[in-house]
Amino acid sequence: MTATETKAGEGKTGTKVMTMLEAILDAMRTEMRNDDRVVVFGEDVGKKGGVFGATAGLFEEFGEKRCFDTPLSECGIIGAAIGMAVYGIRPIAEIQFLDFIYPAFDQIVSEAAKMRYRSGGEYTCPMVIRSPYGGGIRGGHYHSQSSEAYFCHTPGLKVVIPSTPADAKGLLIASIRDEDPVMFLEPKRIYRHGKGEVPLGEHVVPIGKARIAREGTDVTVLCYGAMVSVCEAAAATAAQAGRSVEIVDLRTLVPLDEATVFESVKKTGRCVVVYEAPKTCGYGAELSALLAEKCIEHLEGPIVRVAGFDTPFPYTLEHLYMPDEKRVLAGIEKTFTW
Amino acid sequence: MSLELLTILDQDGKAQKGKDPNLPAAELQKLYRLMVTTRALDDRGLALQRQGRIGFYLQSTGQEASHLGAAYALKDSDWLFPAYRQPGILLLRQVPIEKVICEWFGNAGDTSKGRQMPVHYSFRQANFVSISSPIGTQLTHAAGAGMAARMRGDDTVFMTFCGDGGTSSNDFHTGLNFAAVYKAPVVFVCENNGYAISVPSCKQTASESMAIKADAYGMPGVRVDGNDLLAVYRVCKEAVDRARRGDGPTLVETVTHRMASHSSSDDAARYRDAKDYEAWKKKDPIARFQLYLKHKKLWNDAFEKECVEGAKAAIQTAVNAAEAVANPGPETMFDDVYMNLTPQLKQQRQELHDLMLKGGVGAQVGHFPL
Repeated sequence: MTATETKAGEGKTGTKVMTMLEAILDAMRTEMRNDDRVVVFGEDVGKKGGVFGATAGLFEEFGEKRCFDTPLSECGIIGAAIGMAVYGIRPIAEIQFLDFIYPAFDQIVSEAAKMRYRSGGEYTCPMVIRSPYGGGIRGGHYHSQSSEAYFCHTPGLKVVIPSTPADAKGLLIASIRDEDPVMFLEPKRIYRHGKGEVPLGEHVVPIGKARIAREGTDVTVLCYGAMVSVCEAAAATAAQAGRSVEIVDLRTLVPLDEATVFESVKKTGRCVVVYEAPKTCGYGAELSALLAEKCIEHLEGPIVRVAGFDTPFPYTLEHLYMPDEKRVLAGIEKTFTW
Repeated sequence: MSLELLTILDQDGKAQKGKDPNLPAAELQKLYRLMVTTRALDDRGLALQRQGRIGFYLQSTGQEASHLGAAYALKDSDWLFPAYRQPGILLLRQVPIEKVICEWFGNAGDTSKGRQMPVHYSFRQANFVSISSPIGTQLTHAAGAGMAARMRGDDTVFMTFCGDGGTSSNDFHTGLNFAAVYKAPVVFVCENNGYAISVPSCKQTASESMAIKADAYGMPGVRVDGNDLLAVYRVCKEAVDRARRGDGPTLVETVTHRMASHSSSDDAARYRDAKDYEAWKKKDPIARFQLYLKHKKLWNDAFEKECVEGAKAAIQTAVNAAEAVANPGPETMFDDVYMNLTPQLKQQRQELHDLMLKGGVGAQVGHFPL
């Protein structure tokens, strides 16, 4: 999609069919037009438009002042973004792959996350860190990791993960407008899969609100990102066997919409937690603990985690590492037959 | 390639001809008073820690000229991204001493609401951005803020500090590189005070100096006598003017010495070269500036007494006032994690509240484990 195409649709109501990648670009373009404090930068985001094309056309429309390439330094991208945010502009920093974010870890957890708290609210850090994450694209160790748990474990950060094009746009706009630092993690496996209707222009999906992706009565599946469509496929198959599966797409990991999660689990009495990160200490471990604390008297069976294995992310055997429909189905069955 | 060490005042406090910035008499006296007050504040901070009244302290003794001379080159509207050894700047920017000391106590009068260890100040009223303990991170923030100011067309200049140890950090490289690439209006001040806790500066780098590193980033690097307030001011003024003109960043290395231990938890006697220390004692920045004022007939015993006694009295009043301020309420622990409390934080705040109501929990509030 070019900038001109969207411009033609500007001001119109209604929707347009987009991929998640196009929706993300549309969100940034919309906010850059709305608010001249918003700037986008990172490695290759300028003329090239990003390695996945998420920033295509922004350099042309907004110029180098507001969409620019940086030196190859994640620590610098995030550190500079913090300085910008503290000074009063609204940075969107792209980290090319979440696997490369670790040089910036100190800046994220020690600085961005703590700025508001440690200054007693005198200085704040409203910024968005966008980064493609997760497996399923044959990216090996360093283009596949799902390391959201590190950031969920850091007070001061919000962690948002969309699973549909419309949510990607609405959640990204909400993240850009948020007064706190947001980790906006993009499931790159579904960047170009599964197009969907996306509202044109203004479209905000609030942070902290989960979505019931499929209603059901027998078992709840909690998931996010690229795992949502995997779980939807599993639910469709389970339905043929007479299992009514409810899918909760978390959308925001921090702060978690506990009310929606608990309501669903209390209703169904069973729960499977699906995430592609390594199983141990992954976000699903937190969900399991929460359910054990808050919903145990409603549970008819064990809480089951279907997750990546506790290995580094493999290349050739990626299809076995990633939770797939069959593994999710097996997880669902386990909640009935234990 | 070697860089000259710029000095204006000799050991006898005489200014080299043609180099004296000729600051007005009242300003010179003000700067002297600020150095004296900064040192008195430092002495008091350590004393309060030794008395068990505050939990920690970190001195800047010996570095008064280095940070005051540097920051004096700024306008009040310019921003600071400080490290943790520049307390004089708060006094220069007229932060009330009581507010500084409230931070040591971590009480409800502290701008940071008791959330950080002593000397990790944040003073928005002084454009003095919150200090953190990780070394060097602020250097990249200054670069980013400078980039933002350029985007907005503001003429704000950003001054940021690190020590000799800071030059080994990731962010030294990153911050200087970003600032230079984007011509950000930043003055990087490396206060080379000889030690990073116990590790001498010769173990930080094989470079001949810290300032020489600037060359690789494509910015000017200047080495200046950090115990000579006039020289530091002059060099930093040039760097600030250059930044404001849009000509980009400068690295200033102030060669000074940390005359105290790293912190109240350290004992420099275990690793410091005694001869070295004695030599540096003779280069005391306050004594040297005092001689300079004396030559200019701007200093006499009465003025000295007024400066020293005035500082002590002001600090005493501030300590008394600050020590009487209560701790932040328990509920404030949950504020400012985010702009608004998340449902989880609300729950946790309630849990703590309920436990405190039952008694037992929180009985130790106000007691410092020393």
